[in-house]
Amino acid sequence: MSNTASYNAVITVVGHDRVGIIAQVTRILADANVNILDISQTILQDVFTMIMLVDTAAMSLSNDDLRGVLTDLGKSLNLNIQLQHKVIFNAMQRI
Amino acid sequence: MFDKNEILETLNMFREQHLDVRTITMGISLLDCAAENPDVACQRIYDKICTKAEKLVEVGESISRTYGVPIINKRISVTPISLVAAASRTDNYLCFAEALDRASKNVGVNFIGGFSALCEKGYTESDRKLIASIPEVLAATDQVCSSLNVASTRAGINMDAVREIGQAIKKTAELTAHIDAYGCAKLVVFANAPSDNPFMAGAFTGPAEPECAINVGVSGPGVVLAALQNVKGRSLDDVAEIIKRTAFKVTRVGQLVAAEASKRLNVPFGTIDLSLAPTPVVGDSIARILEEIGLETCGTWGTTAALAMLNDAVKKGGTMASSHVGGLSGAFIPVSEDEGMIAAVDAGSLSLEKLEAMTCVCSVGIDMVAVPGDTTAETISAIIADEMAIGTFNNKTTAVRIIPVPGKKPGDRVVYGGLWGEAPIMAVNQASPAVFINRGGRIPAPIHSMRN
Repeated sequence: MSNTASYNAVITVVGHDRVGIIAQVTRILADANVNILDISQTILQDVFTMIMLVDTAAMSLSNDDLRGVLTDLGKSLNLNIQLQHKVIFNAMQRI
Repeated sequence: MFDKNEILETLNMFREQHLDVRTITMGISLLDCAAENPDVACQRIYDKICTKAEKLVEVGESISRTYGVPIINKRISVTPISLVAAASRTDNYLCFAEALDRASKNVGVNFIGGFSALCEKGYTESDRKLIASIPEVLAATDQVCSSLNVASTRAGINMDAVREIGQAIKKTAELTAHIDAYGCAKLVVFANAPSDNPFMAGAFTGPAEPECAINVGVSGPGVVLAALQNVKGRSLDDVAEIIKRTAFKVTRVGQLVAAEASKRLNVPFGTIDLSLAPTPVVGDSIARILEEIGLETCGTWGTTAALAMLNDAVKKGGTMASSHVGGLSGAFIPVSEDEGMIAAVDAGSLSLEKLEAMTCVCSVGIDMVAVPGDTTAETISAIIADEMAIGTFNNKTTAVRIIPVPGKKPGDRVVYGGLWGEAPIMAVNQASPAVFINRGGRIPAPIHSMRN
């Protein structure tokens, strides 16, 4: 994971695996001009977990709107999609 | 760079474990609002609160959106009204409470605390007027919370105030009988009250506090419970350690939100209150944490020891996470607001007497406890006196928020809804303490108050 220093938010997608999850999430991000710096995904006991590090600095939507769109997508696919600011992870996980 | 487990742990705290910032409370000094004409004083109070807190709710919501951290309550605490109103020529302080209520509603917060008096050593005329106004104020206003400090380690216990507040609680219950004595839920009686507490109903801004400050209360019983589920079968050393680490993480979120709120509102950061504050939501309970540590039901033997360890570990972890710690900073054990406490009372495992013992190791004990409506004023005063003695003689804060519900008997139930939850009516010792309470006077400060 190199060149990820400029990410400022983390998007996670958790739920049952199915065709097209990444495609649908990334389409929303592309439309909103959100740059994806890193994607990792695993499937653990049929539970799909994707973590994306993204840069929202040039985003065309507000945080709130992006969160809303992602939540709606999550509901339609029966997935949990969360957008969280990087500073939260810094605060909690680093001294 | 964060590893996957760190990212998922943090996200689970918000998604599944109810992690939130419980309250951003703006403390506002009203000392400069005093005026001989009470109408002038009330107008100044209203104007000052509306100006200072104009953007509080908006900023709270925008921080919540930026960081994805739920901020449940936005609230205001003000200078004890007995100090502000002392200069005014009036005997009834209802008008001051109404000004607070209007201002609170205007800026959109859900509670305002500070209809209060600090009378641990004795009364001013103003303190007497304020106490006399309490029942009417709690019945006539919606968002105003009231508190009294009637005891301190330095001053001892003002037993006249203890007697009178017992009567005021009974009267408040009568005036709000149609809503199951809900008025009493907005009144807290303290020993060693903190002057920067962000939590209701006991929040006020002490006279030594700055002009305006942001105090933040964090939460996180669900996060602690989830963390403890990872150390099943391990020793109490490990239990204490995991609570400490979890409290650190929770408090860091509070510190971040507090610093951001302070910056955006251009108001100094005051303190973070480290209290673990439960809600009636399943999975957000202090009682369930104690049970996870290994008690079949909260209230059984071992409860005080487990609570002491929990409270201490939360403080140790939280202290390092925050630049300034204040408020109550102890686990809250309100009965009606904690699903596990309610279940423990229903199961016959948790009594008033055990709650009192638990207070010895946390900050508030007899909190949101509903008792039979025929409990006498003297008995309520005596319950308060016992709590005040625990605080006064052990150099700590203690508090009582008790609700004698008219017409209800042990085994009955009252439902307040929302964050206030529901309360089973708890049995009270029937022997009379009336002679003790009616002696009046002061219980002298303990010998260890003389520390100089």
